[in-house]
Amino acid sequence: MALNLNPNFAEAGKRYFNAYAPGDDFYEMLIGAHRDLSDEQSELLNARLILVLANHIGDLGTLREALDVAREGV
Amino acid sequence: MLKTYSYPKFEYRTPPEIASGQTLKVPVVVVGAGPVGLGAALDLQLHDVPVLVLDEDDTVSIGSRGVCYAKRALEILDRYGVGDAVCSKGVSWNVGRTFFREQEVYNFNLVPEPDHHRPGMVNLQQYYLEEYLAARAASRPKIELRWKNKVVSVAQTGMTVTLKVETEDGFYTVETDWLIAADGARSPIRRMLDLEIDGKVFMDRFLIADVVMKADFPSERWFWFDPPFHPGQSVLLHRQTDSVYRIDFQLGWDADPEEAKKPENVLPRIKAMLGDQREFELEWVSVYTFQCRRMGRFNHGRVLFVGDAAHQVSPFGARGANSGLQDVDNLGWKLKLVIDGKAPMALLDSYSEERIFAADENLVNSTRSTDFITPKSKVSRTFRNAVLGLAKDHAFGRALVNSGRLSVPAFLTTSSLNTPDCAPDVFAGRMVPGAPMDDAPVLDNGEQGWLLNKVGNRFFALYFADDPKSLDAATVATLSDLSCAGVAVQPLVVSPKPGAAPGGIPTLVDARGIAAQRYDAQQGTVYLLRPDQHVAARWRTLDAAKVKAAVARATCNA
Ligand SMILES: Cc1cc2nc3c(=O)[nH]c(=O)nc-3n(C[C@H](O)[C@H](O)[C@H](O)COP(=O)(O)OP(=O)(O)OC[C@H]3O[C@@H](n4cnc5c(N)ncnc54)[C@H](O)[C@@H]3O)c2cc1C
Repeated sequence: MALNLNPNFAEAGKRYFNAYAPGDDFYEMLIGAHRDLSDEQSELLNARLILVLANHIGDLGTLREALDVAREGV
Repeated sequence: MLKTYSYPKFEYRTPPEIASGQTLKVPVVVVGAGPVGLGAALDLQLHDVPVLVLDEDDTVSIGSRGVCYAKRALEILDRYGVGDAVCSKGVSWNVGRTFFREQEVYNFNLVPEPDHHRPGMVNLQQYYLEEYLAARAASRPKIELRWKNKVVSVAQTGMTVTLKVETEDGFYTVETDWLIAADGARSPIRRMLDLEIDGKVFMDRFLIADVVMKADFPSERWFWFDPPFHPGQSVLLHRQTDSVYRIDFQLGWDADPEEAKKPENVLPRIKAMLGDQREFELEWVSVYTFQCRRMGRFNHGRVLFVGDAAHQVSPFGARGANSGLQDVDNLGWKLKLVIDGKAPMALLDSYSEERIFAADENLVNSTRSTDFITPKSKVSRTFRNAVLGLAKDHAFGRALVNSGRLSVPAFLTTSSLNTPDCAPDVFAGRMVPGAPMDDAPVLDNGEQGWLLNKVGNRFFALYFADDPKSLDAATVATLSDLSCAGVAVQPLVVSPKPGAAPGGIPTLVDARGIAAQRYDAQQGTVYLLRPDQHVAARWRTLDAAKVKAAVARATCNA
């Protein structure tokens, strides 16, 4: 599985009339998940989220690529 | 005083009712001659409804307000007769650049989709838009404009709305069947009727400057996140007409607006941004805060709220005047049918429902933009900066950067006025029931034109045919019959082949098949179109009973 770096958000059964909408939906969910958390709690949430998503992806090659992309700009 | 624009002064005339002491009785009053109120008047006169417009002022919008008018608003302005004026005076821009700190992270080129009459947007100072609308309204016999006429009280009893109007010569009374409140964000009418508007103020201030550039400067939109010349905040630069540029500096909540506005504080900011060598002159400076809020419903008996009076959004995404024009686009034909007794008052509930659906979409989008531009927490800022960092190299990152989403019309897919597609009919594409119509080039009697300029103001049945001359007698009779119904439906044949349909049914040539493609049409496909150019229903075959049922549904007569 190659790492997909193109816009890729969608929701099953939902019709989008504007290309930006699904990405913006996700971003709002993401920021919303942090609402009312302390900085420390937010950090923990992020760590848990990464672990959950990484397990979902599963493929170590893809994860290695993702880690490289993420680290490049830090 | 502006250097590039002189404000028109509209003439005040003493209302005859002041001397006569008589009560003026009119079918429709519009309060407020901003872009939305003038739009409302122009829409109603297209339906032959006389309108009295009252405004407390005698000129157009002062200072820095609307800039960006999007495609759907331009199409509505075409219907009102000012689309050409706005588009030829306005400037188009396609290139947008996004900067993060000292770097340009990416740029985009919004090449307009071909084969549409109007571009995605044009930029034009709001005073020009209002000037053109006011001139157009003044030229229409059914519209009476009364400047320097201020509404000071309003009461609704039974079927009548009574207004007290103040002028420099004294007071008079107006009684009207319908009141359209287009009196802006602070809406005195809303307050006088004790109606609520809910939402929130964004805890942020923006310094908005209009400057005249002395030298050439590109027609582009530049957006900076956290630039070195204005650390921690955002800055937007936008081109307008007459070499005037709009600059928005985010100031933060704690800024002192009076201090921020002083030239000695503004000039260094702009110099730092442009680099010292570019010459410019200040045209106008103000400090704004923005609200995101709307009324619980837009119709209250015989009082109908439109534009900023009904809803307000932050300006990222330019949704204020754009959505206000869509309000009156939606309202005009409905009010006409109710006035004529051809539809029940309930049709006006659908005005409120549909425009609240659209207002909520606008509120969501402008809130998201504001939240991206002004992160509210440390983690939210970290995510924002991470997106900007990834945007430089990765397409998915660019898609998440949100410095304002261009205003686009709502797809009213949940509206109770729609007739849903019915099996076995299957359609591809975007033109679902509730969709705002896509444009397409067409030939009308050999002349190049646009589909959207051929429909609107009343219901249309668009009938797609492979060859207009081949329409059989039954089809011609069914189509012709529709135009005689209580709520008339104008038939219009669209065909790739030239020629006239029998029975004098108007025919458009879709020479390159673009209309057929955008509407996923085949021989015999029928679209029922609302007077505001939204799709009401569609079928693969023509069936008079189905069309009539769909018209009944779209007018609350079902
Ligand atoms: C900085 C800024 C940038 C913006 N950018 C954009 C943009 O790019 N695109 C966009 O679409 N929108 C933009 N907007 C929003 C846009 O300016 C408003 O949405 C628009 O002006 C609303 O029009 P309106 O007709 O509803 O109200 P208004 O323009 O506020 O008009 C209300 C009218 O009612 C009259 N009135 C009020 N009370 C009374 C009374 N008691 N009696 C008689 N008359 C009365 C007033 O004189 C006024 O003429 C921007 C706004 C700001 C502040």
